[in-house]
Amino acid sequence: MNAIALADPIADTAMGDTLLYLEDVTVSFDGFKALNALSLAIGKGEMRTVIGPNGAGKTTMMDVITGKTRPDTGRVQFGDRIDLTRLDEAAVANLGIGRKFQKPTVFENLTVFENLELALKTSRGTFATLMARLDGTALRKIDEMLALIGLGGHKARSAGALSHGQKQWLEIGMLLLAEPQLLLLDEPVAGMTDIETEQTAKLFKELAGSHTLVVVEHDMQFVRELGVRVTVLHEGSVLAEGSLDHVQKNQRVVDVYLGR
Amino acid sequence: MTRHSLLTPRGWLVFLAAGFVLIVLLPAANRLAAPGGWLYLPDYLVPLIGKYCCYAMLALAMDLIWGYAGILSLGQGAFFALGGYCMGMYLMRQIGDRGVYKNPVLPDFMVFLNWKELPWYWQGFDMFWFAALMVVLVPAALAFVLGWLAFRSRVTGVYLSIITQAMTFALMLAFFRNNMGFGGNNGLTDFKDLLGLQVQSPTTRVGLLIASAVGLGLSFLLCRWIVGSKLGRVCRALRDAESRVRFLGYSPTGAKLFVFVVAAMISGIAGALYVPQVGIINPGEFSPANSIEIAIWVAVGGRGTLVGAILGAFIVNAAKTWLTGAAPEVWLFFLGALFIVVTLLLPRGVLGVMRDWQTRRAASRATAVAAKPVEAT
Repeated sequence: MNAIALADPIADTAMGDTLLYLEDVTVSFDGFKALNALSLAIGKGEMRTVIGPNGAGKTTMMDVITGKTRPDTGRVQFGDRIDLTRLDEAAVANLGIGRKFQKPTVFENLTVFENLELALKTSRGTFATLMARLDGTALRKIDEMLALIGLGGHKARSAGALSHGQKQWLEIGMLLLAEPQLLLLDEPVAGMTDIETEQTAKLFKELAGSHTLVVVEHDMQFVRELGVRVTVLHEGSVLAEGSLDHVQKNQRVVDVYLGR
Repeated sequence: MTRHSLLTPRGWLVFLAAGFVLIVLLPAANRLAAPGGWLYLPDYLVPLIGKYCCYAMLALAMDLIWGYAGILSLGQGAFFALGGYCMGMYLMRQIGDRGVYKNPVLPDFMVFLNWKELPWYWQGFDMFWFAALMVVLVPAALAFVLGWLAFRSRVTGVYLSIITQAMTFALMLAFFRNNMGFGGNNGLTDFKDLLGLQVQSPTTRVGLLIASAVGLGLSFLLCRWIVGSKLGRVCRALRDAESRVRFLGYSPTGAKLFVFVVAAMISGIAGALYVPQVGIINPGEFSPANSIEIAIWVAVGGRGTLVGAILGAFIVNAAKTWLTGAAPEVWLFFLGALFIVVTLLLPRGVLGVMRDWQTRRAASRATAVAAKPVEAT
């Protein structure tokens, strides 16, 4: 498999400094191995798409990276020396790792503006939050983000009243306002219209380079549109890696996933 | 948007008007009006209204944690009772040698139990400042320890309700024991004076009503300030989607612990203001049913509004005073029915109904205005 990957054009360009490194990560729930000796390296500024059938371990992988689930064995390293397996969700988020959930998760009873306000990169301490006031810079950042995610006219609406696609965009906007280094996006275009999907692909391409993105997606059209290196997960480990065309030709990938 | 004001101009007007009624008009109606006249406020109503103010403080505390942060504590009465006991201990020490057994230091119940000296935890309660400090610190410390353990272990929802309910039940059983040193079943009573003033005198009662009203007003402003801050929005966010809050980098433990401790402090102060007005504190105040009743006040008034909590406390307790007098056996059925009706028919409480009515009236007025030019042409 390695030999094939080397022959692939995208494989050569991907690796610079490694930002996120998973090594031999295993997670089991009641004997079922959700992740089975998973190893994965994501370069700084890289955009990576992760595909795989249901139950392949995509969401569990995100849980492990973001501190929600502790792996039984293995190492998860962020940057040069930070071990993510020792940290909880809040600490991981404060390192600059943002996560978008599969189901859009925004604060439904808060307004769009308030959702973004909470996401804005500021001190997260309890007393700092109690005393926090929005200054001009913060307001400008929120307004810019509202424009970018196309919700400028909705800022006083409660987030629960938005359409599914708008909620997806609001959640992406919230992630970006936290100024993360690494973005983990679980099915970001689910429920979006074709035009919204296209706009999202455009936004992600702009973000790559200055940010590192890991996109889990089922929508092959969207994966093709992004046109970056693809990792195929199956039964908790990497089945294949390379460009979409390359992995689509892989017989095992066809058997377990694409062929069905 | 950048500068958040505590209340709207109209809100301040209502706030000051309510304060004026409680702090100036009612005391004047009791002290200055001629007894028997139609303006006269009978003596028995003064501590009753003062008591309602204490309950309203308790309801505010409940709304802060339940209505805003989604923490349904069913042990809020425990913090109230602890504050009450701290005040009761001060009042007991003030009795001095005027007790039945004439012991200058030991309260009567200790003499009766053949105790020779004051237990260590009764030391210092002869000083008002110390007792006042304990009124705030004891509930805060308990809330901090319990909250820290529960929130850190991510205990939420019904499990948290059960734990807090168990806490107040355990405290009740402990305080019933004579050798705990808090008067056992009878609790603390027979108070003589508070800060050198006779507890029973009508003037002191009026003073306590004013103190309770001031306490209620200040608690309301404090809660308003907290829920209007960014931390208040974090709390509401926690209620909606706790995991999203974590993944944004906030620690839910810190935010929850903060409001839980503040609520315990407010409850403690409410208990301390309550005890001299009713003249007794006993383990019955820890009873789980009391804590559940607090949740009912807030639900009736309207969760997550603060004003609703105050309204609910006054409405339900006024109904309780009236019903337990008129038909005592009906009260518990009424309370149960109230909870069912509010849950099924008025999920946003009395305040929600009032607001709906207001919007509908405003809307019909708007359509009436819009219709007018058509008639004119």
